[in-house]
Amino acid sequence: MEKRPLSFWFLAAFFILFVVFLYGPTITIAILSFQGPQGGLTFPMRGVSFHWFRDLFQEQAVGDIWGAFRRSLLLGLMVMVTTVVVSVMAGLAFRKRFYGSGLLFYVAITSLVIPSILISLGIGLIFNQLGLKVHWATSGFGAQLTWTLPFGLLIMFAVFNRFDKSFEEAARDQGATAWQTIRHVVLPIIAPSLIGVALFGFTLSYDEFARTLLTSGSYNTLPLEVFGMTTNVTSPVIYALGTLTTVFSFAIIGVFLISAWVMGKRRARLGSDAGKGV
Amino acid sequence: MTEVAREVTLPGPVDAPRRKSVGAGLIGWLQAMPLALVLVFFLLAPIVMIVIVSFWGATEFSIYPDFQFDNYAFLFGSDVTYRVFFATFKYAAITWALTLAIGFTVAYFLAFHVRSQSMQIALFLLCTIPFWTSNIIRMISWIPFLGRNGIANSTLIDWGLIDQPLEWLLYSDFSVILAFVHLYTLFMVVPIFNTMMRIDPVLLEAARDNGASGFQSLVHVILPLTKPGIMIGTIFVVTLVMGDFITVRFMSGSQRANVGRLISNDISLLQYPSAAATAVILLITVLMVIGILLRFVNIRKEL
Repeated sequence: MEKRPLSFWFLAAFFILFVVFLYGPTITIAILSFQGPQGGLTFPMRGVSFHWFRDLFQEQAVGDIWGAFRRSLLLGLMVMVTTVVVSVMAGLAFRKRFYGSGLLFYVAITSLVIPSILISLGIGLIFNQLGLKVHWATSGFGAQLTWTLPFGLLIMFAVFNRFDKSFEEAARDQGATAWQTIRHVVLPIIAPSLIGVALFGFTLSYDEFARTLLTSGSYNTLPLEVFGMTTNVTSPVIYALGTLTTVFSFAIIGVFLISAWVMGKRRARLGSDAGKGV
Repeated sequence: MTEVAREVTLPGPVDAPRRKSVGAGLIGWLQAMPLALVLVFFLLAPIVMIVIVSFWGATEFSIYPDFQFDNYAFLFGSDVTYRVFFATFKYAAITWALTLAIGFTVAYFLAFHVRSQSMQIALFLLCTIPFWTSNIIRMISWIPFLGRNGIANSTLIDWGLIDQPLEWLLYSDFSVILAFVHLYTLFMVVPIFNTMMRIDPVLLEAARDNGASGFQSLVHVILPLTKPGIMIGTIFVVTLVMGDFITVRFMSGSQRANVGRLISNDISLLQYPSAAATAVILLITVLMVIGILLRFVNIRKEL
C-alpha cells in the first residue's frame, strides 16, 4: 500500500472534528439526561439517576407526550406508505415523457424548496375558510407529504437513471404484460431503494415541525410537543425525552439500513444463477 | 451487434408505435396522478390561497375578504421589512459559505482519500444519519454547550483564556448560524459527494501524469466537475435558511428576526392577511434565487 500523503492526515482530522461536531451535542444531552434529581441543565452532574426518565412516564409532569408519540408514530407510518406508493408510481411515469411532465417536475421541486411556513399557513387558511377542522391525520398528513414526496421522487429518479432497461425488454420479449413486467421484474430490482424511500418518508414525517405547526389541530405530534416543552420546562426531563426520541430514531434507521443491507446480500447470493447449469 | 438485434425484434406494423405511445402517455398520466393531486391540493392551492388572502383585510379578531393593497403598502413602507430581509440574506450567505467549505472538505476526504468502498459507505452514513433525527432536539442539544455556565464557557475559563463567561455564545447571531451549519451541512456533503464519486479516476490520473500537483488537480479538475453537486447543495441550504423561522427563534431566544419569524409573529397575532403578504414576497424572493441557481445546473441529469 502506498504511503498516505500529509494531506490525508489533515483531512482525516478535519473529518473527525466534523463528526464530533455532528454528534457531540446529542451525546452531551444523552449524558445529562441521567442527572441526579437536583441536577440542572448543564454540567456538573449532581449524581446519576433515572429520575428524569421516570418523570417522563408520569403524565402530569410533562403533558401528553405518549399520546403525541402514538400520533407521530401512526402519522409517520401513514406518510411512509403513501410516500413509497406515490413516489414509485410517479417514478415509473417520469421514465417516459408525458404531457405536463416538465411542469410537474418543477412543481415537485418547488414543494421541496418552498419555505415550510407557507405550506403551514396556506393549508391552515384553506381549512379555516372551508369551515373544516385542521387535524394531524388530514391537513397535517397532506402538509407532510409535500415534504416527503419530493425526496421520494428524487430518489426514484436516481434509481431509474441507473436502471438497466434490457431486463424489462427481456421480460417483454418473453411475453410478459406491462403489469407483469413491473410486478416481477422492475419492483424486485428496485426493492432495496424502496427501503430508502420508506426511511425518508417515515423519519422526515416523524421529525417534521414547521409544516405540521399550523396544520395539526388540537392534538400535537411529538416534535410540536417537544417544542412546547422548550418554552416552559427547564429541567433535564427535556433531555431525557430528547435522548429517548433520538434512540428511537437511531433504532428505526438501524432497522431500515440493516434490512437494505440484508436484501443486498441475499440478492448477491441468490440473484444470479450464472455458471450453475440448469 | 446488440443494436442490430434490437432492431430486428421491433414490432412490424407501421402504426403500432403511435398507438402504443398514446396508451403509454395515458398510463404515464395515471401513474403521475397521485403525486399531481397531492401537490395541487397541498402545495398549489395553499399558495393560491395565500396570494388571495394577502389582499384581504383584518380586524383584531377576524379576517374578511377584500381587495386592497394595504398589507403590501404597509410591508414596503416599514423599515422593519428591509432590516429583516437583510438579516435573512445575511444568515443565508454566511451559512452557505460555511456549509460549502465544510461540506466540500468532508466530501473530498470521503471521495478521494478513503480507499475502501465499505469504509466510504460507512463514513458517509455516519455523516447522513443525523438528517433522519429531530432538528428540534439537535437544537436543544446546544444549550448545555453554549449557556452562560455551559461547557464552552467553563472550559475557556479553566484554560484561562477568558475571565468572564462569554454572553454571545447562546441567544445571538453566533448561535443561530452555528445551529444552521450544524443542521444543514449534510445537505452540502451528500450532493457534492455524489458528484465527486462520478468523476472518472482516469481524469485524475491524466492530471497527475501531466505533472499536476494534488492541489492543482483539486482546483482544475475536481472543483469544476463538482459544480453541479455544489449547486444542488446550495439550493437546499439557501432555501432552508431563507424559509426558516424556528431555528432563529429558538437559537436567538427570540432576540433576532428573519422573514420567517415576521410571518410567524403575524400568525400568532391572527394577522393572517399581513402574514400572507409577507409570505408572498418571501416566496417570490426564494423562487428568484432558485431560478438563478437553476441556470447553472440541470437537476434531473445529476441524480
